Amino acid sequence: MILVWLMLILFAGGIGAWLAESRGSEHPRAVALCAILLDLFLVVMMLVAPEAIGLSADTVAQLGQGGDWLVLYEADWIPRFGVSFIFGADGLSLLLIGLTVFLGLMALGSAWGEIHERSGFFYFNLLWTLAGVIGVFTALDLFLFFFFWEVMLIPMYFIIAIWGHENKHYAAMKFFIFTQVSGLLMLLSILVLAYYHYLASGEVSFSYFDLLGTDIPPEISMLVMLGFFLAFATKLPAVPLHNWLPDAHSQAPTAGSVILAGILLKTGAYGLIRFAVPLFPEESLSFAPVAMTMGVISILYTAVVAFAQNDLKRLIAYTSVSHMGFVLVGVYSWNPQGVQGAVMTMLAHGFSAAALFMLAGGLQHRIHTRDMDKMGGFWGVAPKMGFMALFFTVAAVGMPGLGNFVGEFLVLLGSFRVNILLTSFAALGLVVAAVYSLIVIQKVFHGKNKNNYVMADLSTVEMLCFALMMIGLIWMGMYPQTMLDMAQPTLESLGVVFP
Amino acid sequence: MSSEALIDLLQIILLTVTSVVVMVTTAFKRDHGLINSLTQAGLFASLLIFVFVDPILPLQVTPLLIFDEYSLFFSTLIIVGAIAVTALAYPYFEKHNEQNEEFYILVVTGTLGGVVLASSNHFVSLFLGMEMIGISLYAMIAYPIHAKVVAKHPLEAAIKYMILSGIASGMMLFGMALIYAMLGTFEFNSLATATAALTGDNNPVLLTGYMLIIAGMAFKLSLVPFHIWTPDVYEGAPVPVTAYLATISKAAMVAVALRLILNARAFDYPQITVVLSLMAAASMIFGNLLALMQNNVKRLFAYSSIAHLGYLMVVVISAAVVPDMLSIESMSYYIAAYFLMSLGGFAVTSAISNSGKELDMISDYRGLFWRNPWLATVMIVVLFSLAGIPLTAGFIGKFYIFNTGVEGGLWFLLTMLIIGSSIGLYYYLRLIYTMLQPAADGLKNDPAGAAIPMGTNAVLGVMTLAIIYLGVYPMPLITRLQSLASIF
Repeated sequence: MILVWLMLILFAGGIGAWLAESRGSEHPRAVALCAILLDLFLVVMMLVAPEAIGLSADTVAQLGQGGDWLVLYEADWIPRFGVSFIFGADGLSLLLIGLTVFLGLMALGSAWGEIHERSGFFYFNLLWTLAGVIGVFTALDLFLFFFFWEVMLIPMYFIIAIWGHENKHYAAMKFFIFTQVSGLLMLLSILVLAYYHYLASGEVSFSYFDLLGTDIPPEISMLVMLGFFLAFATKLPAVPLHNWLPDAHSQAPTAGSVILAGILLKTGAYGLIRFAVPLFPEESLSFAPVAMTMGVISILYTAVVAFAQNDLKRLIAYTSVSHMGFVLVGVYSWNPQGVQGAVMTMLAHGFSAAALFMLAGGLQHRIHTRDMDKMGGFWGVAPKMGFMALFFTVAAVGMPGLGNFVGEFLVLLGSFRVNILLTSFAALGLVVAAVYSLIVIQKVFHGKNKNNYVMADLSTVEMLCFALMMIGLIWMGMYPQTMLDMAQPTLESLGVVFP
Repeated sequence: MSSEALIDLLQIILLTVTSVVVMVTTAFKRDHGLINSLTQAGLFASLLIFVFVDPILPLQVTPLLIFDEYSLFFSTLIIVGAIAVTALAYPYFEKHNEQNEEFYILVVTGTLGGVVLASSNHFVSLFLGMEMIGISLYAMIAYPIHAKVVAKHPLEAAIKYMILSGIASGMMLFGMALIYAMLGTFEFNSLATATAALTGDNNPVLLTGYMLIIAGMAFKLSLVPFHIWTPDVYEGAPVPVTAYLATISKAAMVAVALRLILNARAFDYPQITVVLSLMAAASMIFGNLLALMQNNVKRLFAYSSIAHLGYLMVVVISAAVVPDMLSIESMSYYIAAYFLMSLGGFAVTSAISNSGKELDMISDYRGLFWRNPWLATVMIVVLFSLAGIPLTAGFIGKFYIFNTGVEGGLWFLLTMLIIGSSIGLYYYLRLIYTMLQPAADGLKNDPAGAAIPMGTNAVLGVMTLAIIYLGVYPMPLITRLQSLASIF
């Protein structure tokens, strides 16, 4: 039930924020802050002291799949289709829920001083997106999963379409259509899966546990798997399905970019780990080379494209695709190192990309442009900002000691055992990353301040956000075992063989 | 006639009485409000009658009509639609037109035709019901002909609809005649046995008969390539009538079409499946493609309804391969969802158009979300539902179609469905985006901000709640549909 509460608090907080607008445009953000803090508190309690919030041993249900499920919640929804509410969280889900709520807080921080117009509706959408994402990370009924998969889109669409920048119509539309269409393919696959389960067992069900191990005739099983893969690869995104991302990220308001890059992309990776591979183990095995090649192409191609951008947010967007390429490679190498690396990359990229988007958004808010050719010498004007930018850029490049390094290193280690050639190419990504990252620092913070921009340095709220994310990244880099230990039982139960 | 039969006929009798009462009252006292309330009362009475009197189901009453759960479901839907249209019509006509009273006679007779169609299992009652709706509609479309400011060209729309629908009726009659010539019966239930008694498979005359009937029905349902009248008539007619046309006349026709097809085992002819599949695919693709180019919301709804009827045909075609029960259940759910969405959408259009002319261009919706959040929210819910996004009835409807299609293995149609709905997303989102834009200065003081009439508000509220309720908690309706599906 605690998982349901997590979502309900956000849903209710969203409505509360909307209503609070009538009392003044500053009220909604306070309501939103309360809701997110409450959620964060619950998540922390779940991790640290489950007994204190009433999670005793018997609510930690043991299910036949071997893994530990913290708090499983089940209730009927549409018995006609065997659809029920099944929410469950294991280590992997909890990590990602933690990431979601934390980055939700960061997004709130970046919207704090930026969104004044129609703030009630903005925070409504922000909280509903977060609730939808938590739903995706916990739903264990495929119908329910699809439901949340679509639900998280709508508020995000509103965020881009209303508070976005100059080309928001195009970006919002593209974002929505890409995800929706690939989602429909997934829906079709889900139905085929459920249909064959029905043929085999005589029982209609969309439950994840029932559908695991369903036999599908070999001639169509690959197609069914592809339905899932396409949906997740579009969200991830992987080249050539990444087309929506640079537009959506660069046009969204800062908080929107933070959530998009930090959380929404991870739902794609999560889907691959939780659904695409475990539901179709053999098909995935034979498909792995293709998926890994896509991953490597993503890493290299988008890194090169990123280098050619002069729009700061677009550049960061492309680097996101590049980093998510590592996740794809890691997942499809499907061994402990690879998948653990993918999970670490998801978490670390969540932090670093969110921070970079906050910096870019902060810059745009101050000087009203994202064009790097117009920038330069900002270190002198805003030294704190410069330092933060340097830190998170270096993190994104994969500096040892910070989270991203652990993730990408593990991915390469894992994939090396599967495919040496592809791994060698993927490793090149680390080199290119240094090039496109340093060019940002060079163009924006070094050199001459050509247009004599004067701007305020980072505010206290912003500094607080960045400091929290720094701590997170250093923790992940110095002691990744915390996260690895949490993810391991999940991965084992999903079929990754640990030595 | 037995008393059971009389009870089953109560709905039809009440509707007839209502039309007579409305007509007579009009002769004595012209009072728009009074007549409107009388009509509403009559419609409500015929809607609620079976809450108090248990109909005996199923029962064949005279050779023409059959009353069962299926007919009851559709007649309920049709009467609900008529109530909504009556509620929308009052504010709409009150402001712009004189002498509105006769309009309600037409609403009631059209509804009567719809109820007859829903319970028809005989070619004669099929034709009778169809013409009752048709003739009422000709007059309803042209009704505000003297009020220059409201609908743009009601006469043109009415004549277009009349001529084309006349052709459709002619084709259907010819089809019926051919079938009668071969089988010697007009009754749906004896069609299958009579066909079996024929010597030789694939009787060409019989097939031609069915094809002609299908063509006639496709006209009424505006399936491609018989859709040409739809956008013009939708645009030309006054909004309440457009809502009537989009919901009642289509739902009634779909109800009888499925009953005919299932009873006659028409899918034993592979040609019929092929023709229907082609029409469905074409409707899904062209309906959506043409909707992309529209700048008028009513025309947009027209093309979108073509596409939606195409989706619906997937379910009808699936009846050839999946159990009848499943396709009836899916079809009824989708029709119910479509009903709510259309009524909700047209209610918004009519609420916006209260100023003295219809504001039905997409640009008129600019900034609606900030000018009038309530109206815009309803419209957004409707559009998301039409696009099949979760939390709405449209999603469950689409899920039903997918489910039925997968069970029937209709991969070609499912592909077309995915392509069609992807295209559809674009124009739904475009309208939503327009509403989210900041309002232009000229629109600041428009009447969309003014008070919305109570009747319209009620329709808006009921439809929105129903769409969301059925999207979140569809189980009650599904249970009901399963019981009605078990009768064939």
